[in-house]
Amino acid sequence: MAATEKTPVTGAGPFNGALTWIDQRFPLMSLWREHLSEYYAPKNFNFWYYFGSIALLVLVIQIVSGIFLTMNYKPDSREAFASVEYIMRDVPAGWLIRYIHSTGASFFFISVYLHMARGLMYGSYRKPRELIWIFGMVIYLTLMGEAFFGYLLPWGQMSYWGAQVIVNLFGTVPFVGEGLAVWIRGDYNISDATLNRFFALHVAALPLALVGLVAAHLMALHEVGSNNPDGIEIKKNLDPRTGRPLDGIPFHPYYTVKDLMGVAVFLIVFSAVIFFAPELDGFFLEANNFIPANPLKTPQEIAPVWYFTPYYAILRAVPPMFDSKFPGVAVMGVAVLILFALPWLDRGRVKSIRYRGPRWKVAFAIFVLAFLVLGYLGVHPITVWGTFAEGVPLVGGGYIAVWVARLFTLLYFLFFLAMPWYTAHDREKPEPQRVTW
Amino acid sequence: MTAIVTDAVDEKRRRILIVATSVAGAAAGVGIAGPFVASWFPSARALAAGAPVQYDVSKIEPGQQITVAWRGKPIWLLRRTKDMLDRLPGNAAFLVDPDCKVPQQPPYIKGIDRSLKPEMFVCIGICTHLGCIPNLKEKAGDLQGMGADWPGGYFCPCHNSRFDLSGRVFKGSPAPINLEIPPNRYANENVVVIGENPKGA
Repeated sequence: MAATEKTPVTGAGPFNGALTWIDQRFPLMSLWREHLSEYYAPKNFNFWYYFGSIALLVLVIQIVSGIFLTMNYKPDSREAFASVEYIMRDVPAGWLIRYIHSTGASFFFISVYLHMARGLMYGSYRKPRELIWIFGMVIYLTLMGEAFFGYLLPWGQMSYWGAQVIVNLFGTVPFVGEGLAVWIRGDYNISDATLNRFFALHVAALPLALVGLVAAHLMALHEVGSNNPDGIEIKKNLDPRTGRPLDGIPFHPYYTVKDLMGVAVFLIVFSAVIFFAPELDGFFLEANNFIPANPLKTPQEIAPVWYFTPYYAILRAVPPMFDSKFPGVAVMGVAVLILFALPWLDRGRVKSIRYRGPRWKVAFAIFVLAFLVLGYLGVHPITVWGTFAEGVPLVGGGYIAVWVARLFTLLYFLFFLAMPWYTAHDREKPEPQRVTW
Repeated sequence: MTAIVTDAVDEKRRRILIVATSVAGAAAGVGIAGPFVASWFPSARALAAGAPVQYDVSKIEPGQQITVAWRGKPIWLLRRTKDMLDRLPGNAAFLVDPDCKVPQQPPYIKGIDRSLKPEMFVCIGICTHLGCIPNLKEKAGDLQGMGADWPGGYFCPCHNSRFDLSGRVFKGSPAPINLEIPPNRYANENVVVIGENPKGA
């Protein structure tokens, strides 16, 4: 069959012919138009709208640097640690590629957390964007898995014991826990089998899933259109002549250029960390991870990397119940999963923080504070703030930090569980008809 | 050969075929997932490495503890002195589970000394909080920085869990329950076998 007849491509100068040939065999121009040149995004995007594209850039950076790391890394418990040191010392520019990858992991989470904060502030998860939020949450969960599996690969002390603690969390599941933990490890403790399968998941399974999920996230976004800092739908005000949103501008070139600006600033910060503080004082790479894994010697202190610490603090805040640590694990799991329910918990009539009432604003401020305080506490041992006075009868000891974590765990959950109430009864301001700056 | 010219569709037959194909396909999908799930269980080599280990305890001095590895876990073999054993009953008031009611030991190991032979304490040296290895602080009193009322026991450096010399957890520790006692038996007077139950048990 002959190629389908379509309007020839124009405006590409000497490439018109080649692009026309491709376009008649592949939906090149319709994809270009649908997702870039004729994707109308609200014209009032602000600072917070950089982080989606930056997260996408970090994904590409991680994939590329990761591919090059696998060329020298050995997923073998006897060789893994030495192969990472070999990359750091002997492979030309190996140190740079490794630091790009390890720093990129933290920047991935920084971008994603800011991206999610944007979604919370402007109500980007609200109808009709629930599926975008769901896909985003699945990306977040996959990313957590990706980071966890990747952290085992250097086979340092913190890799080993961090994995030990996390896999043991599964061991607390009633009835099937011990078998489940053995199944995950493929052995009775974290071992070569565990390292090998984590490597497979880290370099093949989860990156594939991530790429697919990001595609779904963007397709869902482009189906319903982007939200904006006013939280109003630009599709309500169409130009009667063209049928395009009056408050929309084509993604390309306007937002590709804006995002390039964001990328430039991001790369300056990213490079500064890579070249001047790749370990970031133990926050991006923990000191204990420069010691080879030793199954018979526990580090003095096992702390997860910063991006997991809010949940780790929640885990530690819940005391054992019925002789089981499972309640803490369950509460921690729910703390993450409850975010999925956000589109259905929020009953506000406006979406954006700009028009929300005082109750929502207070709740949101408390939530952000709770997340940060829990994150801080998760980095430090429970002894960090000392204990209450002797003789105070408290469950699980009188460590002040534990009780503060309990308070903020409660507030964290209240933000979600009380949301149907405080969003439904709030003094909201009227939304504008057209977008503002 | 004749051309198929009828455009009529037998919807009922089509629905049956769709359902039958879907069910068969789903069953095949579940079936083929089996081997992949199974491949994550410990391999024959890992199972062999998890086999019981033996140790001749006659060389352990009173008050000395040695650590052997079983399934990659540290197993403590502590030869308790009479003094150590005599102090165990006095800890009861401070313990979470002084009578060892929670099955953290095989059913054939009974009593507060939690061992087959009172002087030979065999225990998995992994904190029941988050899996760290507690340190031995066997000396009573403040000799090892544990406070004047310390009766001797174990101290976990990760989150300050405390256990006595029977591995029973003190109240106020983040660890919820006593340390675990592995299955063990004596092959003869001096050789302990870790990872196997006594014959008949």
